[in-house]
Amino acid sequence: MNLGIVVVSHVPEVAAGVVTLIKQVAANVPITYAGGTDDQLIGTSMAKISTAFEDNSADELLAFYDLGSAKMNLEMAIEMSDKTVHLYDTALVESAYTAASLLQAGVPLAAVEAQLAPLKIK
Amino acid sequence: MLTTTQTIAWLNNFADKIETNKAYLNDLDTPIGDGDHGSNMVRGLTAVKATLADKSDADLTTVFKAAALALISKVGGAAGPLYGTAFLEMAKASKNGDADLDPLLTAALAGLKKRGGAVAGDKTLIDVWTPVTAAVQADQLTPAVISEAVERTKPMVAKKGRASYLGDRSIGHLDPGAVSSGYLFTALLETVAQS
Repeated sequence: MNLGIVVVSHVPEVAAGVVTLIKQVAANVPITYAGGTDDQLIGTSMAKISTAFEDNSADELLAFYDLGSAKMNLEMAIEMSDKTVHLYDTALVESAYTAASLLQAGVPLAAVEAQLAPLKIK
Repeated sequence: MLTTTQTIAWLNNFADKIETNKAYLNDLDTPIGDGDHGSNMVRGLTAVKATLADKSDADLTTVFKAAALALISKVGGAAGPLYGTAFLEMAKASKNGDADLDPLLTAALAGLKKRGGAVAGDKTLIDVWTPVTAAVQADQLTPAVISEAVERTKPMVAKKGRASYLGDRSIGHLDPGAVSSGYLFTALLETVAQS
């Protein structure tokens, strides 16, 4: 599959938990995540986000995040990545779930994005 | 003209001020944030000091880039990508042969605005970087310019960052990022004695 999902949260368990939830409806969608700082503290890490990009088998990614600094670290990781990464300012759980279920169903990106649009909250 | 020796001394002085005021920065960040600005900055600047320890023979670009990478990888909070971007922009600007503060800070401020999406008046570090950069351009940076800029964030309503979730309740608190930026520029004045 060409499109994958990356979940970024300040808390490792939040990132892992969201992935557990969305994998239920997206067994075949490549999903990776980055949670917490390099020291497993609350925060985000550009290095961890870059690793989540590289470890994802898809070459085009949809990225979802929880709060402010996650977005800035995502943007820096995107600038350094060779992959095409789409970043959404949407409600984390709902939008990651929406994207996962639609990608599993083979829905094209434009249609996925149309359904993500009303979930924009930041 | 900024030299490598001055820049390392400036950043070490900044690191010392952050270390001294770690608890104060955490306290400022508690009512309107997540209470970790001091701890996060200390983690970042400890890494900056370590990486600069063997850079006394390096060029300005290498010094700024090393500081930027340490902050980006170690801070953890929003201050990491923000301060990291500021120093990365200074690294890029110095690559063009610019070692004057004016073009360096101008490039850093533009990078900060792009990275954080904040504008003046949003109760962020931009509210310190903007008047300080203007004062440097006019060759008029003084301690008063810095402290007044920091104080002006107190009555503002936060529009960006964690404090923005509190809306009007953010009024009456200094912005922690503005305060830490105040230390950066106070350290600059002390080290480079610009005024």
